[in-house]
Amino acid sequence: MGIIKTKDLIFEYIRRDEEGNVEGITRAVDNVSLKIEQGDFVAVLGHNGSGKSTLAKHLNAILYPTEGTVWVDGKDTSDDDKLWEIRQTAGMVFQNPDNQIIGQVVEEDVGFGPENLGVPTKEIWERVEESLKAVGMYEFRKHSPNKLSGGQKQRVSIAGVIAMHPKCIVLDEPTAMLDPKGRKEVIRAVRALNDVERITVILITHYMEEIIYADKVFVMDNGTVAMEGTPREIFSQVEKLKELRLDVPQVTLLAHELKQGGLDLPDGILTKEELVDALMKLKK
Amino acid sequence: MSIILDHVNYIYEEDTTMAYPALTDVNLVIPDGQFIGLIGHTGSGKSTLVQHLNGLLKPTSGAIYYNGADINDEGYDKKLLRSKVGLVFQYPEHQLFEVDVFSDVCFGPKNLGLDKKEIQLRAYAALKQVGIADEYFYQSPFDLSGGQKRRVAIAGVLAMKPEVLILDEPTAGLDPKGRDEILDQIAKLREETGMTVILVSHSMEDVAKYVDRLIVMNKSRVVFDDTPAAVFAHYEELEQIGLAAPQITYIMQALREKGLSVDTGITTVTEAKEAILKALRG
Repeated sequence: MGIIKTKDLIFEYIRRDEEGNVEGITRAVDNVSLKIEQGDFVAVLGHNGSGKSTLAKHLNAILYPTEGTVWVDGKDTSDDDKLWEIRQTAGMVFQNPDNQIIGQVVEEDVGFGPENLGVPTKEIWERVEESLKAVGMYEFRKHSPNKLSGGQKQRVSIAGVIAMHPKCIVLDEPTAMLDPKGRKEVIRAVRALNDVERITVILITHYMEEIIYADKVFVMDNGTVAMEGTPREIFSQVEKLKELRLDVPQVTLLAHELKQGGLDLPDGILTKEELVDALMKLKK
Repeated sequence: MSIILDHVNYIYEEDTTMAYPALTDVNLVIPDGQFIGLIGHTGSGKSTLVQHLNGLLKPTSGAIYYNGADINDEGYDKKLLRSKVGLVFQYPEHQLFEVDVFSDVCFGPKNLGLDKKEIQLRAYAALKQVGIADEYFYQSPFDLSGGQKRRVAIAGVLAMKPEVLILDEPTAGLDPKGRDEILDQIAKLREETGMTVILVSHSMEDVAKYVDRLIVMNKSRVVFDDTPAAVFAHYEELEQIGLAAPQITYIMQALREKGLSVDTGITTVTEAKEAILKALRG
């Protein structure tokens, strides 16, 4: 079985008014069954409120299914005895870099996770070093996190997760608060982890450009998986994505518009190079 | 009527060993009715700059004139200034607090000491301006979606009837549709009211699509101030300071290098479509 598997996953929460009376029940995740293979780079898209963050929080047992089952590396997340193993297998990085860093010095912050796992001191330092190198932050190891940029802080957060040697890392909109350079740094680091270390990556984002290199994309709507496929398959469906309040990368949108304008272009163009090549062929 | 910044400098923690400049010799003239984009990487001084425009921060040296008067003169009515120069912070929905949407929007005008009828009229008009339907007026703001909450927060500032509206990353964290809805609404609002809008953004694509003037900050200084097309023509320098041109601009550059005769100053999908079709069809 894959590194992550969900079967008929349902998550409901009860809405209460100010006096605590039950107002209703919201089903945030509705019958999701999916499988993610070890080593894959998976992207999850979906509009605000589509259920993608709720789904993500099931993958390292922050939330438990109301119905159905989630397995992380074969372990059922509702099994309390396996909680720490699950959290160690699937690490999580959140949106706001300022909420995730606790250490006074970068290397201490990264060492916090393995220290809590009871890793021997010598090995902690080895892990800190390799993790910081993996995200390109080793030269900042003695710095105070306060002085880092948003993109640098997010990379330190990621290093903190990989120092725990997870098989899988879940990133919930890690670039939402970053400037273009910070976004690029974080995505580059994430792709390297996947390519080089073969860590499974699950990336939740609103930036369509960030996922064109993903192996697989899930699009969530109303708590269900509305679309599933490769980036090229997903981004070929410009109109459907717009119905789901999403978008396509600007390159893909331009190709789509040109096609509607009468040019003979293939569907689902994802990169600048592909578009330029296709257009230059038409010129000849 | 305008905002003028004359040699504005601001130093954080002046007179300490930690002192560092956040604004260095900033000179700007902002006439009425412009739609301005303000970009720069994190820590470049954008937020410090906008906080000077409504008097939240006071320059270390230099002066800021609003409609001809120095806003840091003794006796200048800062409360009135803040109703005229409305600032919508990042994640403004975190500042919603009232029991229902309508009361929340009334809070600003109430503080201006207006009479009850005027307050309600303004709140109603502001909510309509941002496209919030009547059925939501008496709901708790906390039950709304992310995009709706943010629009309610913007309405709270609009109800003060500002002449200048400053928005600090109004679309951060919103899905693409929510992003387009908010920016379209702001563009429409500006056309209808003629107010000045300053949009602080990390999205080159958004500023390319909406604004008519683009100010770029780097290391506490204004480094570019021109039309978006003219600014993005300096894409190499922009990259060096942690920014970029919109993706479209890079496509046009690549096409040009391959010998297709297109204008490389193009920044939006619509312009690019026309230019490419024209170049290919001759």
